[in-house]
Amino acid sequence: MAAIIRMENIIKTFPGVLANDKVSLEVEKGEIHCLLGENGAGKSTLMNILYGLTSCDSGEIYIKDQLVEFSGPRDAIASGIGMVHQHFMLIPVFTVMENLILGNEPVKGLKIDKIKSEKILADISGKYGMEMNLHAYVKDISVGMQQRVEILKLLYRGADIMIFDEPTAILTPQEILELYKVMESLRQRGKTIIFITHKLKEVMEISDRVTVLRDGRVINKIKTESTNTRELAKMMVGREVLFSTRRPEKRAGAEVLRVEDLYAKDKRGQKGLKGLCLNVKAGEIVGIAGVDGNGQSELVEVLTGLRRTDSGSIKIEDREMAHRNAGRFLAAGTAHIPDDRLLRGLILDFPLYENMLLGFQDQKPFTKGIFIDFNKVRQWSKGLVEAFDVRVPNVNVQAGSLSGGNQQKAVLAREFARDPKLLIASQPTRGLDVGAIEFVHERIMQARQNGKAVLLVSLDLSEIMNLSDRILVIYEGKIIAEFMADEAADTEIGFMMAGGGKK
Amino acid sequence: MKKNPLFDIFIGNDSVFSFVKAILAVFFALIIVYFILLLTGYSPFPVYGALLKGAFGSRRCFGECLVSTTPLLFSGLGFAIAYRCGLFNIGLEGQITVGGIAAAFIGYIFPEMNPVIHVSACIAAGFLAGALWGFIPGYLKARFGIHEVISVIMLNHIAFKIAAYLVSMQGPMKDRLDDMPASPFIRDSAKIVRLVNGSRVHWGIILAVITAFIIWVLLFRTRLGFRIRAVGKNKYAAETAGINVKRHIILTLSISGALGGLAGAVEILGVHYRLFAAFSPGYGFDAIAVALLGMVHPIGIIASAFLFGILRSGSVFMQAMYGVNKDMVSVITAIIVLFMGMSAPIGIMIKDRFKRKSHGTSV
Amino acid sequence: MELLFKLFSMAVFASTLRIATPLILASLGGCMSERSGVINIGLEGMMLMGAFTAVVGSFYLGPWPGLILGILAGGMMGLLHAFMSVTLGANQVISSTAINIMAVGLPNILIPVIWPGHYGISPTVGVIKDINIPFISSIPVIGKVLGHQNPIVYVALILVPVISYLLFKTRIGLRIRSVGEHPRAADTLGINVYKMRYIAVTMSGLLAGLGGAFLSICYQSQFSSVMTAGRGFIGLAAMIFGRWTPKGAMLACLLFGFADAFQAGAQSAGVPIPPEILLAFPYVLTLVALVGLLGKTAVSPAANGKPYLKG
Repeated sequence: MAAIIRMENIIKTFPGVLANDKVSLEVEKGEIHCLLGENGAGKSTLMNILYGLTSCDSGEIYIKDQLVEFSGPRDAIASGIGMVHQHFMLIPVFTVMENLILGNEPVKGLKIDKIKSEKILADISGKYGMEMNLHAYVKDISVGMQQRVEILKLLYRGADIMIFDEPTAILTPQEILELYKVMESLRQRGKTIIFITHKLKEVMEISDRVTVLRDGRVINKIKTESTNTRELAKMMVGREVLFSTRRPEKRAGAEVLRVEDLYAKDKRGQKGLKGLCLNVKAGEIVGIAGVDGNGQSELVEVLTGLRRTDSGSIKIEDREMAHRNAGRFLAAGTAHIPDDRLLRGLILDFPLYENMLLGFQDQKPFTKGIFIDFNKVRQWSKGLVEAFDVRVPNVNVQAGSLSGGNQQKAVLAREFARDPKLLIASQPTRGLDVGAIEFVHERIMQARQNGKAVLLVSLDLSEIMNLSDRILVIYEGKIIAEFMADEAADTEIGFMMAGGGKK
Repeated sequence: MKKNPLFDIFIGNDSVFSFVKAILAVFFALIIVYFILLLTGYSPFPVYGALLKGAFGSRRCFGECLVSTTPLLFSGLGFAIAYRCGLFNIGLEGQITVGGIAAAFIGYIFPEMNPVIHVSACIAAGFLAGALWGFIPGYLKARFGIHEVISVIMLNHIAFKIAAYLVSMQGPMKDRLDDMPASPFIRDSAKIVRLVNGSRVHWGIILAVITAFIIWVLLFRTRLGFRIRAVGKNKYAAETAGINVKRHIILTLSISGALGGLAGAVEILGVHYRLFAAFSPGYGFDAIAVALLGMVHPIGIIASAFLFGILRSGSVFMQAMYGVNKDMVSVITAIIVLFMGMSAPIGIMIKDRFKRKSHGTSV
Repeated sequence: MELLFKLFSMAVFASTLRIATPLILASLGGCMSERSGVINIGLEGMMLMGAFTAVVGSFYLGPWPGLILGILAGGMMGLLHAFMSVTLGANQVISSTAINIMAVGLPNILIPVIWPGHYGISPTVGVIKDINIPFISSIPVIGKVLGHQNPIVYVALILVPVISYLLFKTRIGLRIRSVGEHPRAADTLGINVYKMRYIAVTMSGLLAGLGGAFLSICYQSQFSSVMTAGRGFIGLAAMIFGRWTPKGAMLACLLFGFADAFQAGAQSAGVPIPPEILLAFPYVLTLVALVGLLGKTAVSPAANGKPYLKG
């Protein structure tokens, strides 16, 4: 069969980084083609070039044997290419319909023709079995539904080549199966799908062929049926990979955190937490599993003093902490690895040593009366940076110039330096490559061995299952199920995550 | 990897690069104004000459230059500390006004007394009044989320109207013995002493420079300064680090307003000796340009306040000599602000280009 | 009692409309710009440039060409702001502050060049005269308020639903709002973010320019550099109060206009309050009104104030 897409010898450099080094990709019509690689391997760059979001330095792209040159997504869309982005490109305050027609609006005179839009969209969604309420606001619908909006957006634009950028990262296992079904039905109707992922299991489950990228180069192109996960892993990472962190035996100690009947509002002023209860003991990792938007971020914020509690109690070693601010939580022995390190974890314009000072700014030995002894801060930061293998020339560099992995290591170094009783880690490996993920996991496991109480919140179920001693499922602001690590099956947890326990 | 010495000297080093950008901003402003002067029928070089002569031509002229520098330095520092906290205080003109009102009031209401006590009391009154005028927008922002830009503009106008009322015909601070809409003169013991004979320059300039050093230490050496800068660069990270963001917004705007109040107080006590409406000719608005050109750094601001002092005092001479409206200076100010606004993104562009050149494709 | 009657007379309502007109135009400009994600505190300066240019135009060519030139001058300032903040990605607050500073200085330089001997204030020029709409003015109560007004007052009132329609019903409106909410999403759909923001910010300038022209050649008949007196900022506050919608902003402007007309009425009626204090009333009211928004969730466009840099 003829290749519908041929990308040849694509080279793309960013300042200081060679993102794509003579990458070639061939995709056949009507196949599901996986693009496998770690974060930073150059997958997204390659796809952004194909979609016209960035331009390449050199190389050629052929679509249906036509040489093309895209100056923007509009050109790509015109050639029948569409992309479902990892972070949804949806406007929360717009309706589903407005999101779908944006950029390609049917008009009657000056006015947007709502009736016509509705008819066209109903037709398409019916055809692919993806019915939905067109007049709902995107902010009010579930993540799975939002993804459908993204897919419908492509179909509405008549895309026959569809790029899915890590589409499963935020879905429950059930939703992933639903997505597979949709992809299958798309393929049956002659659509071509490029599926970007770093999850080997998914490659095996859904794809026809796979292209593996590493460090900006193509490592291999192979038929899925002629390979296996171990081989793919080796190609992707360049070495043997341990699939799970070793978990030594450890008896949980005394209770460190006890949360009872916790209520709090979310950022829109609606109820975010509705009577949540949990406890974490010393030397124990408790994982919070759940679909995004079920109260995880509110829980983390409340437990670190960043969000007001409406009612209920938070006890850290029997001290009541509800209604206390973030400073008090730090003082009580909490450390916090925030989910968005660029937003909450670091001040990108500050040098690294000032970032290390965050949270210690009013503590001995760094203070001298009203002054701060910055020499001492620099010295101390140097030690931390070495201990946590943060690769920087010196501690005066701006935090913003570090790679994602190094930034996260810096946050980890600072938070562990608090010698906390309770560690709250929220999505600690989001956006990191395999090496950095292993590092973070090891450190968290080490904290457990040292008798810290760890609360781990993650949208990545495999991470939760990998690390936790106990798994709590959060759904609509409440803990609705508890599993011990050894007795948990991901299908069961996934069922609960989707609210399966309550009819 | 190819080394580029020019890059290392002028662009690689952040503080030198800042300085280069500031010089370029002034340079471009002068070029654009050159053309404006040409178009409006003046010959630019003599006009610029007059500007310089007005600032340096004589001891008296230089004194006037320092007289203008003083309030510009105070208010530039005021703008800078707020800016470092992520706040845009364009309300310094109003804060100067209330500072002047308070200082003038204490200056004439009490009888002659020990000058140190009297001057200190007047300055303290100006400081507190300015602080109040900064506290209000700070509180409104922290408590109600009202953008400080809007509230300070409203407070500016309210301050102007209050000042106008106080010295109007039926106003309580009006000097009954004088037809001028102005307050009585302050007591001799409330006047800030002149620095040299034959010039209006007074000890306020020394106080302003000392204040600049205090603000420098405050911002870069103290716990409070660290917290202020953290809130300014990333309030979410600051909050996560246990810093009370709202409290620091209120505190910083109060300090910022207090510096404006100082500018007003010192202007009244050292130059005018009495209150009249609109006694500040827009120092509070120049403060924006002063601070931005000074790279929002107290030491840089000393230099840029001096530059604006030259422009302010020179422009009076320029107007007298050539009839060029002294508002030409505000055009220079605007262009400098525009360039400083552009300098951050353009600076990044220049750095990227140089980096790409020197790195090549070898990584 | 008689005093109250005076203060709530039809004349006060009629002057409310006149006072509110430049505020409405400024707040519409604010809606356009901020809906596209560009903060515009330069409305004040854009109005001032519009007011000045309109006077110059009226002096040489007559009031109507003056009006057009005033609008265009505002638009030019909008373009400058767009260039700074969209193309160059400069800090939008700094960029628009520069426009405000420039708009105070430039006219003062040009006045003595254009009109030798004049400083700070232009000579009086021809104005656009009020018109009488017989059909409306014959209606009993409304007629007294709406029947005899300046044409620009009607234009402003008509522009409110027009801008509202433009933003919320048309294709370009949807696109403008989309770049104000999530420019990257709009970009992925092939919408030119820069173009949309240029259009919106320039329109914002045109509207502010019209507001300024109204001030100088309708409401008054000359230019002075203090004539806007914070109206651009009050318009901005009205836009926030009206939650970034033209209709809400208009209501807020009418409220401010009423406050101003009320204080003017109080002054002429001889209320024993000093005029300077009464003049401060609209500014105090603006602050109080913003405080009154307490507890309602902010609806500012999500990408407001953030420069968009293509990845």
